[in-house]
Amino acid sequence: MSTTVEQPRQFCTLGGQQSVVAIERAIPIVHGGPGCSNKLFSGMAFFNGFQGSGYAGGNAVPGTNSCEKEIVFGGETRLREVIDGALKVMDGDLFVVLTGCTADLVGDDTATVVSEYRERGVPIVHASTGGFKGNNYRGHELVAEAIIDQYLQPAPKVIPNLVNVWSVLPYQDTFWAGNLQAIRQLLEGLGLQVNILFGHDSGGIEAWKKIPAAAFNIVLSPWTGVSIAEKLEQRFGTPYLHYPVLPIGAVETSRFLRSAGEFAHLQSTQVERYIEKQEAYFYHYLDRSADFFMEMRWDLPAQFINISDSFYSLGISRFLVNELGLKPGRQFITDNPPEIFLDGLVNQFATLADKVSAKVTFTHDGGEIAKTLRSEVFDQPPLVIGTSWDRDLAKQIGGYHLSIALPITDRLVLDRAYVGYAGGLRLVEDIYGAVLGTY
Amino acid sequence: MTTEIQVTPKSVVRQEPGVTIRERRLGSITGYSGTPDELVKISLAGQLVERERSFTQAGTCSSFCATLQLSLIQDAVVINHAPAGCSGDFPMFNLYNRYGQGKRKLDQTSARLITTNLNEHDTIFGATGKLLEAIHKAYSTYHPRAIFVTASCTSGIIGEDLESTLDEAEEELGIPIASVSCEGFRSQVWATGWDAAYSAILRKIVRPAKIRRPESINIITFIGEDYFSELLRPLGLVPDLIVPFTKIEQLETVSEAGATAQMCSTLGTYFAAGLEKQYGVPEIKSPPPYGLTGTDMWLRELAHITGKDDIVEQFIAAERNAIEPELEKLKKRFAGVKAFVAAGPSHGHSSMEILQDLGMELVGSCMFHHDAKLDHGDPAGDTLRAATTGSGRMTYSVCNKQSFELVNLLRRLKPDLVIVRHPSLAVSVAKLGIPACFVDDEHLGLGYRGLIRYGKKIADWFRNPAIERNLSRHSALPYTRWWLEQQPFSMLGGEV
Amino acid sequence: MALVNLANSNIQTREQRLGSIIAYEGTAADLGQRSREGRLHDRTRSFTQVSSCASDCSICLLSLIQDAAVVNHAPLGCAADFSMFNLTNRYGQFKRGITPANAHLVSSNLTETDTIFGGIAKLEQAVRDARERFNPKAIFVTASCASAITGEDIDAASDALEIELGIPVVAVHCEGFRSKVWTTGFDVAYHAILRKIVKPPQTKHPEIVNIITFWGDDVFTELFSRLGLVANLIVPFANIERISRLSESGATVQMCSTLGTYLAAGLESLYGVPEVKAPPPYGLAGTDAWLRALGRVTHKETEVEELIASEHEAIAPELAELRKELKDLTGYVAAGSVHGHSLASVLRELGLNVAGSCFWHHDPKFDNQDPAADSLQHVVKTYGDFPVSICNKQSYEVVNQLRRFKPDVFIVRHPGMAVWGGKLGIPTFLVEDEHFGLAYRGLLRFGHKIADAVNNPSFYQHLAKHTRLPYTDWWLRQGSTAFLGAEE
Repeated sequence: MSTTVEQPRQFCTLGGQQSVVAIERAIPIVHGGPGCSNKLFSGMAFFNGFQGSGYAGGNAVPGTNSCEKEIVFGGETRLREVIDGALKVMDGDLFVVLTGCTADLVGDDTATVVSEYRERGVPIVHASTGGFKGNNYRGHELVAEAIIDQYLQPAPKVIPNLVNVWSVLPYQDTFWAGNLQAIRQLLEGLGLQVNILFGHDSGGIEAWKKIPAAAFNIVLSPWTGVSIAEKLEQRFGTPYLHYPVLPIGAVETSRFLRSAGEFAHLQSTQVERYIEKQEAYFYHYLDRSADFFMEMRWDLPAQFINISDSFYSLGISRFLVNELGLKPGRQFITDNPPEIFLDGLVNQFATLADKVSAKVTFTHDGGEIAKTLRSEVFDQPPLVIGTSWDRDLAKQIGGYHLSIALPITDRLVLDRAYVGYAGGLRLVEDIYGAVLGTY
Repeated sequence: MTTEIQVTPKSVVRQEPGVTIRERRLGSITGYSGTPDELVKISLAGQLVERERSFTQAGTCSSFCATLQLSLIQDAVVINHAPAGCSGDFPMFNLYNRYGQGKRKLDQTSARLITTNLNEHDTIFGATGKLLEAIHKAYSTYHPRAIFVTASCTSGIIGEDLESTLDEAEEELGIPIASVSCEGFRSQVWATGWDAAYSAILRKIVRPAKIRRPESINIITFIGEDYFSELLRPLGLVPDLIVPFTKIEQLETVSEAGATAQMCSTLGTYFAAGLEKQYGVPEIKSPPPYGLTGTDMWLRELAHITGKDDIVEQFIAAERNAIEPELEKLKKRFAGVKAFVAAGPSHGHSSMEILQDLGMELVGSCMFHHDAKLDHGDPAGDTLRAATTGSGRMTYSVCNKQSFELVNLLRRLKPDLVIVRHPSLAVSVAKLGIPACFVDDEHLGLGYRGLIRYGKKIADWFRNPAIERNLSRHSALPYTRWWLEQQPFSMLGGEV
Repeated sequence: MALVNLANSNIQTREQRLGSIIAYEGTAADLGQRSREGRLHDRTRSFTQVSSCASDCSICLLSLIQDAAVVNHAPLGCAADFSMFNLTNRYGQFKRGITPANAHLVSSNLTETDTIFGGIAKLEQAVRDARERFNPKAIFVTASCASAITGEDIDAASDALEIELGIPVVAVHCEGFRSKVWTTGFDVAYHAILRKIVKPPQTKHPEIVNIITFWGDDVFTELFSRLGLVANLIVPFANIERISRLSESGATVQMCSTLGTYLAAGLESLYGVPEVKAPPPYGLAGTDAWLRALGRVTHKETEVEELIASEHEAIAPELAELRKELKDLTGYVAAGSVHGHSLASVLRELGLNVAGSCFWHHDPKFDNQDPAADSLQHVVKTYGDFPVSICNKQSYEVVNQLRRFKPDVFIVRHPGMAVWGGKLGIPTFLVEDEHFGLAYRGLLRFGHKIADAVNNPSFYQHLAKHTRLPYTDWWLRQGSTAFLGAEE
């Protein structure tokens, strides 16, 4: 397998910048080359559902724009200038200094510079995110871990039904804003108090300060976020529930809610009552459109292929198999999960449903994906659920296509969610909308 | 290869407009319950009588059938002389049109469908003026090669004189303009609509043959893909699928073909017989080529008619051989599976043959009507008999899509799988939690390879019928407990 | 010293070669005068917001050559703008009737291990993969901060691969930290092209005119055909073969000297392809001058005069209407250097006042060293002086300027900047297609666009009412130069 990457679907640890932008009134400060922040804004935000600058993202991000001088003589002075200026110019509650390749390669002591400000009472932390260190899934974790390590204090007491949620990645998941709202609503429906931490109305720094007071953490993710929860358990003794499947549609969402309810020691009748109401809603609409599913199948896709990260590849596979009875083809996972999680993921795909399993390929090289799919034989047009990179490929193999993962340049995304009960209905609409649009 | 023939005035037969409805022409019925053996027997003996239902749910009408076929002729226009409500199925026809164009790599264009939009005033004062205007507009906008004017309940009841209006327009514009007598109320058997459409085509479009093209075989079809080439080309024959996605020019010369076949005798009975009677194109009377035996017989008759007896046996043997291993796998897969078919006759019977060849056991069947005979009159063409030679005692009923009856029946029979072939029935079956397969491409199961294609498609669905499973847990059927406790045919009255 | 040294794979940055600056506040006339008198010095900003880098410019330009491929020797983050380039490529293909296909871009995906032990093996793999996957006629290897700092020898690797693969494999030294002026990326990319793609002329085609363009619509072919000339738009959407024969053309013109300065001068210096030295073709005077200069170089003076006369006449009535409609409006222009000057010309031609402007850098001179091409001077002479500031997309400065000048319309060119005008309630649009306002008809197009924007500002008004700027009250009370240090 080649190391070359064509059609990138993930980027570098500095991509954690977007996680900072997602925290209300938090401001990233980038200590790196002049182009880094913009490139990542372009790839993770704008040319991905056309998500924009928001409050202080895009071109508002303070940065050192390191040049030859900073490489040769070091960039700590520049960094201090920019932090000083940011504290005067930028109206923010938390500043997160992130390093790019240049700062980390030349060995600037960013940590010390930043800690000097912190000791003076400035709400500022730093994460070492030189791009060559890993991908932006890891970058997201690094940002959270930095805030936890450098800014949070133990809570005087635990708030009994408060739960922190670590789930989809801001911006990387094009539908993150809607998805996180949906998760919050679901858990609130069970009677929990939810610290969703990112996105509109998520509480900014005050919410983050409450993290140590939570009764438990939920990692609603195949793997990203586990290290954050482990750190919180180590530092504050907070237990965590790891639910590895992104819940889309009724079957999975109900399963998730039961799992969360049990972990939270909620009354099962209360949980079941909520689930029942939600399921009635979901199935009402499936019922209403059952004619379509049963009868208008033309060569509506019987087989689906996911080309996305482990959140969606697994979540969508479970949904389509258990809710619509579709058949899984090969699944591609593009977020480079750490070695320790690979077996678990393979197993998840082996047991999608009774008698239904799928083959998985871990790669994020579009060229390899294309080569693999072009050599497969499809007796019916497959459904390709992937990214805008994959549109041509889907056509070449005679299939249908829907973009749901980074990069999405053929859709505008606002607050659409795929997680949850209503989210499952949205996904169904979008899949079949894409198919019908070819007629 | 073509041969010249003499054109004589007698070859040009002009029929009267209109078509006799199926009930009277073929003794067709929509109410029966019993067994296939019995139904075959009484049909043959000319003793088949209709039974009526007191309670009924919505059916379908000839207008739908006629318009669907005609609207897919690529260079014609269909004008529905009716109130706007009758054009409720226009979007569907348009979708079928574009979908089929896409499949055949034709330019995707909208179907040419017009309604004269009759209103109360028209029902009092008549609307032939409106009709003429519509015809002129259709002509100037689309420059079609022909125009079909479909009648409606309203136009029929108020006694619109379609013929003289159309004759006048035809003279003026110089293209065939044919009336199609498919008023919904005329027949309980919506298949009459096909007869009406084909009658218009025979009357106004088909021309006497100038040459013969014996290698060309007319195949009367719905809108499925061309799997016929698989069966015909090895025999040196070329399928000409009609009527959907043809052009008028193509239809003019169907009289030149070496034979006419059908993928469904219910669909094509009138057209095929008409082509034989009026233009001497021999009709293949064997049941359509589904299932092993069905395909054998059909191919043999085709070969006989077209002088290919010497190569057909070899072909049959080779094909049967080729599918053997996969067929065995599928039979193992489906061993012990109980199936039920709800469909139109002939094609429904073909489905029954396929399911049995795949190793399933048929526990029952319900067809949407029954023709006591076909237009060619030859009992060899009896598709029901052919499909039920070993299973003639299963539960068999005839109903025009009465889902209340079907649901009741299925609850008792408890099949593992149901093949459903009509819009809006599959949902009812699914809500019972029974895997309901709507195989939309009617040609999918055709021939030898089709057996495998069909089997695989069903197997995929059958393995994980998630929708039926979830629906049955969360959906309610709209029937009272009282009804579900009755016998399924208790609304089916005595003989009429 | 010769401008182009083909033996060297690298060239000087803009600041080294032309004395370009990224910080200034004053007026156009003052800026121009200092430039001409060699008194222009840069100022540093202590507080900065993020900017753009040369890598961005190089990769974008090169990725639009239809039958080439680009290998970015970098960590994957540097490839985060691949999607943007892809969309630009596909959109342009669509406009030109080419079947859209994904751009030929790969990353060698450098990781931490590579920064310690070296990543050349990965580079080689990536170049070979690019060859196999795209079958390109040439491969460009773009450097990155990481590859440069760790001392990756992309020159040696490229040379060896060129021998192995039998197609040009060209190193492009566009690592972001090299230059504070991101357009150095264009220069470096063009140098790569001059070094390895352009061949000495086999014959000359005097009727072919090279036009150095961005990726906007083709407004040139039609215009030039009326002069009996053939427009050769380069480099985006061209192919390697056509580029190899740039040396054979009769002339090179530019629609933005910020973009093409190095290439135009290089073609003249190396192969005697005359560079048409004139202001850019925006606004009546600029377009007239540009066409006349082209006419002189290509001996089409008569045709040019005819064209000028007929176009002036053709647009006159509609232009008059637009001028009436847009009278007394003020605009603020924020754009790359010369293109910004061009936009200012368009606004002035349509009768608007330029309340203020911000250009992303300033080149005191171009590689051709010719005052005839001085675009800023042209604007001042033709339309008068106006306020100018220079900043490399420092939106905090631009926001303060916009609040101070309160223009009726905000014309901007560069991704990520337009939103700030909107958030202030100012009708804003991004000039996405650089050729939009070009020449005569472009004036009309542009005028209508402005009129549309100001006639229904509801979107911007609502946005301003419900948004929050990320700036402290303190900052919003400052001028825009609080963080500009003394001149260097």
